[in-house]
Amino acid sequence: MSFLSIERLTQQFPDGQGGMLTVFENASFGIEKGEFVCILGHSGCGKSTIMNILAGLAEPSSGVVKMDGFGVSGPSLDRGVVFQNYSLLPWLSALHNVTFGVKAREPGWSKAQVEEHSRKFLSMVGLEGDVVHRKPSQLSGGMRQRVSIARAFANQPKLLLLDEPFGALDALTRGTIQDELLKIWSGTEQTVFMITHDIDEAILLADRILLMTNGPFAKVAESVEITIPRPRNRTEIIEHPNYYAIRNHLVQFLGKRSKELAGQPSDGDNKPVTVRIDKTAPAEAEAEPEHAPKLRAVND
Amino acid sequence: MMGTLSENRRAALLSVSMLVIGLLIWEAAIPAQQAAGELTEYELLTGGGAPKAGVPPPSEIFTKAWEELSNPFYDAGPNDKGIGIQIGYSIYRVLSGYFMAAAIAIPLGFLIGMSAVAYKAFNPFIQVLRPISPLAWMPLALFIIQDSELSAIFVIFICSIWPMLINTAFGVAGVRKDWINVARTHELGAMRTAFTVILPAAAPTIITGMRISIGIAWLVIVAAEMLVGGTGIGYYVWNEWNNLDLTSVIFSILMIGVVGMVLDSIFTLAQRAVAYAE
Ligand SMILES: Nc1ncnc2c1ncn2[C@@H]1O[C@H](COP(=O)(O)OP(=O)(O)OP(=O)(O)O)[C@@H](O)[C@H]1O
Ligand SMILES: [Mg+2]
Repeated sequence: MSFLSIERLTQQFPDGQGGMLTVFENASFGIEKGEFVCILGHSGCGKSTIMNILAGLAEPSSGVVKMDGFGVSGPSLDRGVVFQNYSLLPWLSALHNVTFGVKAREPGWSKAQVEEHSRKFLSMVGLEGDVVHRKPSQLSGGMRQRVSIARAFANQPKLLLLDEPFGALDALTRGTIQDELLKIWSGTEQTVFMITHDIDEAILLADRILLMTNGPFAKVAESVEITIPRPRNRTEIIEHPNYYAIRNHLVQFLGKRSKELAGQPSDGDNKPVTVRIDKTAPAEAEAEPEHAPKLRAVND
Repeated sequence: MMGTLSENRRAALLSVSMLVIGLLIWEAAIPAQQAAGELTEYELLTGGGAPKAGVPPPSEIFTKAWEELSNPFYDAGPNDKGIGIQIGYSIYRVLSGYFMAAAIAIPLGFLIGMSAVAYKAFNPFIQVLRPISPLAWMPLALFIIQDSELSAIFVIFICSIWPMLINTAFGVAGVRKDWINVARTHELGAMRTAFTVILPAAAPTIITGMRISIGIAWLVIVAAEMLVGGTGIGYYVWNEWNNLDLTSVIFSILMIGVVGMVLDSIFTLAQRAVAYAE
């Protein structure tokens, strides 16, 4: 059984005209311990809704989420969230936004311990010195995003949930923070579930990409393995024989098949189809792989 | 030369010149007014002819202010106390009523702001009670409490409770959902969430309510003391009017303004302390 297993998750909302809108139905998928999974899908297909359910911030209409074999109910310190709009507390400095989380996680720690731990994680995302005493309103968008990532990582949750964490950033800042994220993640046992709209970002970061069809009645249709070894580097992965094959597959899906597959209600257990594209090992291509423990290394 | 001065300095200069010109016109207008026409019979009967009955010139008020402020705390019997003592009584009443109101309004406002059911349940009462002039409570208060001092405090209590209650509820209800979710994902309990997230988030709105309340309380105490009598700045104004001592009346009006301004500026400081930029 997977570390995180999502079973027959269905979400309905009132559609505002007296009826019900089914966002997704019977979605089922699993995530292994230590895996980095990205989810791609068009706007409105229900990605944030799934993430809120995984975080325990919202209840699904039906279905269960299990982590380590136990049903998830309500939020927990074991599931850290980086919200799309950073959600820093504006009256606290960058440092205190992080200590806020650490204090909640480790009530027994001394003030000095909490602060040292928080500063360590802030410096991992490149925030050091006087900047940590600034309020969020005095930080740039990229800096706020880093504080938010530091806050989530400092709590060392088993599962990290990231909702379009780099959505508002320019390409350069994005690249730096992506590298920082990979660096922190690879030094831990953490599992990451990340929503993104950026195909290249997903290929760079993920072990596996989940693809969602358009809503309503959206499905997690495919699970695409990223068969590019780590450490990955944004300038070098494009040279890898698998890169364009995977990228084309994703573009095809989002551009065409997400529409074609959309809209049909079904009552089966909608497990995603595993897709493995590997040009380097033609004999194995398109085979259904067994989950092997993954090796990772730090990007540099 | 004006161009080299900062905006604040130019404004201050303008304020001072307006004050000086205003006072000069006032000073100049007084003798002319008194000289105008013979005193009517009515004026003679009511004492209108006595020198104190006319509107005094500013110079006289300054002299009075100097006299009063150089010995503000003398006490020579029930009808003759220093201005400091009178103001002290008023501030004591205002603060007693005000803090009692805050002690109820802020926790209750929290409750109302956090729960839609509580909001709907309390709303009709608030809507009916809020528009009542605080002085309308006075007869009932006097009858039930049987004590003029406590009745005045009660009137302050009842007039300062509404802005604080409504603003607290409004501020708490308006706390961004994202911030509450931050508290939830960190498994904070209800109390920790209230003190570490909701309170700082709603503080600017709450302080604004407290500032409106103290302003209203200071307006109302003057009227309340005119009614209940005995002590306080409101009673002092009314008493000096009965003595036809207009110099004292004008002086105490100015003092009411100054104290009101000081109370308000305390809250301006508090507002600055809790403000945050999003
Ligand atoms: N509280 C709600 N009440 C009613 N409908 C909702 C609610 N929350 C979400 N929806 C609907 O559910 C659908 C999925 O929303 P969701 O926010 O999960 O989309 P998303 O995939 O995250 O989109 P985006 O990429 O734009 O962030 C949308 O059609 C939205 O209108
Ligand atoms: Mg979303």
